[in-house]
Amino acid sequence: MAAEVAKVDPMHQFTIAPLGGSANWELAGFNIAFTNSALWMAIATVALIIFVAGGLKRELVPGRWQMSVEFFTGFIDDMLEANIGKAGRKYVPYIFSLFMFILFANILGLMPLGVIGLHPFTFTSHFTVTGVLAIISFAIVLVVGFWKHGFHFFSLFIPSGTPLPMIPIIFPIELISFLVRPFSLGLRLFVAMMAGHVLLEVLSSFVIDGTNAGAGFAAMVGLPSFILMVGICALEILVAGIQAYVFALLTSLYINDAENLH
Amino acid sequence: MPQIAQLAETYSSQVFWLLVFFGIVFVFVGRGMVPKVMDTVAQRDQQIASDLAAATAARAKADEEEEAWRVRENENRAAAQAIVAEAKADAAAKNEKKLSAAQKRLDTKLAQAEQDIAAARTAALAEVETVAADAAQDIVQRLAGVKVTAATAKSAVKKAMIHG
Repeated sequence: MAAEVAKVDPMHQFTIAPLGGSANWELAGFNIAFTNSALWMAIATVALIIFVAGGLKRELVPGRWQMSVEFFTGFIDDMLEANIGKAGRKYVPYIFSLFMFILFANILGLMPLGVIGLHPFTFTSHFTVTGVLAIISFAIVLVVGFWKHGFHFFSLFIPSGTPLPMIPIIFPIELISFLVRPFSLGLRLFVAMMAGHVLLEVLSSFVIDGTNAGAGFAAMVGLPSFILMVGICALEILVAGIQAYVFALLTSLYINDAENLH
Repeated sequence: MPQIAQLAETYSSQVFWLLVFFGIVFVFVGRGMVPKVMDTVAQRDQQIASDLAAATAARAKADEEEEAWRVRENENRAAAQAIVAEAKADAAAKNEKKLSAAQKRLDTKLAQAEQDIAAARTAALAEVETVAADAAQDIVQRLAGVKVTAATAKSAVKKAMIHG
């Protein structure tokens, strides 16, 4: 039994555990325990607020911090302007919050805090979280679409120039591809983050087990795994940024559909 | 896979806390701070644009002023040249007048002098005649002992002088 405990479980890092006896907190009959996941959401929130507040000096000639905050707002602004047009500016607060929240969550989850005994938790590797974010984005698309275009919004499912006999076939296909969007949006982020973390954990178990098995295994398995792990860590940082970007980009593309309706 | 294994017991807390913290991010960061940051950027862009426009306007104004100055300068130069030419012509005319006046003065003096010389010469000639007549009277008296009247002597001298 002791041997089993010592084994590295790559899935253990995703376990949610209530903190500080909050396991039985309830709100309207639902459990709202303050878990490690919620703690890292709070940490990401605080870090993000500190980061953006540091860029609020409003100087005419910006310092480094202000420059970096302005870089991110300008980045989101440009993305929305390119994808949606002038009407895209009003979505900057939402897309910026989404992008930065996911980015901070992903990068904080990759922090090597394990060496000082803290265990970072990547809440974006849970589809309950990414799913909620995807549903919020999808709900915005629906609300904007029906608000602006009414029932005409359904013409989104008939690409312009479709021959009349094809409409009964095209319409369900387009409708299904539209309805799949929130799932693909949420699952993409969840899978990417989980896969990366599992891969790192599996490689680290190779390093640990290989080294424990003797010098030969350490050289044959442990060292190559360790080198690979360093490379994959760099890749994961890239993925953390890319996935946040993809989530924000796809959300803005979907909002573009609702806003401009081809 | 804890995401699925713990789904039933944790989904409500996950959703709740996500909505709480994402809501905080959206309200404080997205709605509160981001517009201010973007406002600052827009303000800066505007400042730069207006500064550039002011610089362009100033340059255009400078060019205009230079052009005006050049026109004025050309006018001034032309005026100066006109004044110089006038002064030259004036001076030349004055000189001419002075010269002609001097010339006239000289001419009258010359004529006067010529007249004086002519008068002197006739006077001298007359004197020479009388002196010669006296001398002839005297010579005749001394040589021939003949008394010749002054009139005769005079006519003889006149004859001799005419014949040379």
